[in-house]
Amino acid sequence: MLLAIPLAWLQLAREKVRLFVALAGIGFAVILMMMQLGFQEALFTAAVNFHVNLNTDIVLINPQSTTLFAIKNFSRRRLYQAAGVAGVESVTPLYLDFGLWRNPDNRSTRQLMVIGFEPSQKVFTLPGVEEHLEDIKRPDVVLFDQNSRPEYGSIAQKFKAGQTVTTEVSGRRITVGGLFQLGASFSADGNLITSDLNLIRMLPNRTLGLIDIGLIKIKTGTDVNAVIQTLKQTLPDDVLVLSKQGFVRFERNYWETSTTIGFIFTLGTLMGFIVGMVIVYQILYTDVSDHLAEYATLKAMGYKSRFLYSVVLQEAFILAVLGFIPGFALCLGLYKLVRDGTALPMFMTLDRIITVFFLTLIMCVVSGVIAMRRVQAADPADIF
Amino acid sequence: MITPPVIAIDHVSHFFGKGRLRKQVLFEICIDIHPGEVVIMSGPSGSGKTTLLTLIGALRSTQVGSLQVLGQQLKDARTSDLEQVRRYIGYIFQAHNLLHSLTARQNVQMSLDLHREISPAVAYQRSVDILTEVGLAEWVNYYPHELSGGQKQRVAIARALVSRPKIVLADEPTASLDKQSGRDVVELMQRLAKQQGCTILMVTHDTRVLDVADRLIHMEDGRLSSLDPDSLVAYSP
Repeated sequence: MLLAIPLAWLQLAREKVRLFVALAGIGFAVILMMMQLGFQEALFTAAVNFHVNLNTDIVLINPQSTTLFAIKNFSRRRLYQAAGVAGVESVTPLYLDFGLWRNPDNRSTRQLMVIGFEPSQKVFTLPGVEEHLEDIKRPDVVLFDQNSRPEYGSIAQKFKAGQTVTTEVSGRRITVGGLFQLGASFSADGNLITSDLNLIRMLPNRTLGLIDIGLIKIKTGTDVNAVIQTLKQTLPDDVLVLSKQGFVRFERNYWETSTTIGFIFTLGTLMGFIVGMVIVYQILYTDVSDHLAEYATLKAMGYKSRFLYSVVLQEAFILAVLGFIPGFALCLGLYKLVRDGTALPMFMTLDRIITVFFLTLIMCVVSGVIAMRRVQAADPADIF
Repeated sequence: MITPPVIAIDHVSHFFGKGRLRKQVLFEICIDIHPGEVVIMSGPSGSGKTTLLTLIGALRSTQVGSLQVLGQQLKDARTSDLEQVRRYIGYIFQAHNLLHSLTARQNVQMSLDLHREISPAVAYQRSVDILTEVGLAEWVNYYPHELSGGQKQRVAIARALVSRPKIVLADEPTASLDKQSGRDVVELMQRLAKQQGCTILMVTHDTRVLDVADRLIHMEDGRLSSLDPDSLVAYSP
């Protein structure tokens, strides 16, 4: 037995079809916002996947570099200089460049990123790399990123089926010696890992003396920041010293601030927000209009306008909560669809759940406040 | 008269519109209505009956003259005072004006929920009791659209009377009802009002129900005149 009368809920539940339409609309807005925010985060995460998986403490780059795919090289001597600094355990040069991959299935070419390093070093914590370091010691043997876009050909399937995959990179014949997982990003649709020597074989204009990223491991028990400070003092200004986190932030910052990605997805989220607001406003406005005579009656009985405002607000709140749940549930499915379909690291985070829920709540409450003005039209003198 | 009137109207005039379109609808109305009286107001449409009713019901602000309801001066009263007065008045409208999304019981209970001192459990019981009183014991959990016109009007009466108001204002409560239901509804109102000692002011054209009145008043062109109830009953068919 329900004693107090939940008027807001009863009025919403009375019109089943309208309630369903409202929830569908809000759910749609929730999905729009969730997807936009999810894509943005996934793209940023994908952009720094390379950086996060570097097995290093400190990174040296050319100060003119802005992002991974526009990286400028610098002299290897700077890295050897760094090796002499107290606290440094080991240094490894990393070579990055772009090569033209020929799709072995249809002979078309497409650019991919080639990563080269000395195979005796454990440079990456990416799955698949360490197991195949022996393979890339052989000339013209490469590891192929199985999360590359499908335009590069069915490399992974063929390799897993036991076939020998050979093709060309920038005109040089190579053999796939193994697979690893990095994933497509803004920088490259596909990735190759090979030895430093194989890299300069493929790309003859490169030399071992000019490197792209210098990796520095420090001795255990040494303070990273102290070593960074020493390095900054020791090395000239033609290299930039960054911690690993700093390197990740450096890349992410580029994509967030120097490209339109942040703007585009924020705009997309805003559109979802506005679409939802318009839908909720329409629903609440119609609801208030339909009940105008009833509201006027309540006013005549002695109910204050405040009570009616609170009914409208409660309706907005109920719509927000009920609309969020199906929208959220559908998003989990859509996220999985995107993960499977695009290899983007699209995952639901608690932060995003909270953000979108509050956006939904604000969306509904703002519409409720606008729809409230309609309540003022309920004049008790009109109903006699 | 020893007891003070529950409604004291002194030279109340009312105007609609502004400027050149300003039109006077009530002209210096003076009337006192005492506790427990059943007063029926008749008169042609457009004569200002409903306007007077909304003024007494604190649904409109009084413009000219003095209008006291339950000791509260409504001329220049604050909105919160008007809202307070409304809680002690029961309204019965021509259209029942029930809330469609609420059951009969919930509709009645809405009127008790205004009074903080009544607990929900008591409000529930009193709502059921008064619906039983108006003969709707079996219809307590039905929605308005499932009830007949007469039943809806009886729910409306239950809603108006459940909070034991000092005054009941009714505007043509029988207009949309057939002869027998109209008669039943009015007698029900009269009986409950007498039980609770409340005053009734009813606007009606329905000559068949005039005999329940203690006093008849007549409104014509915004002016009020008293009639002898006995003389009118003689004319009724």
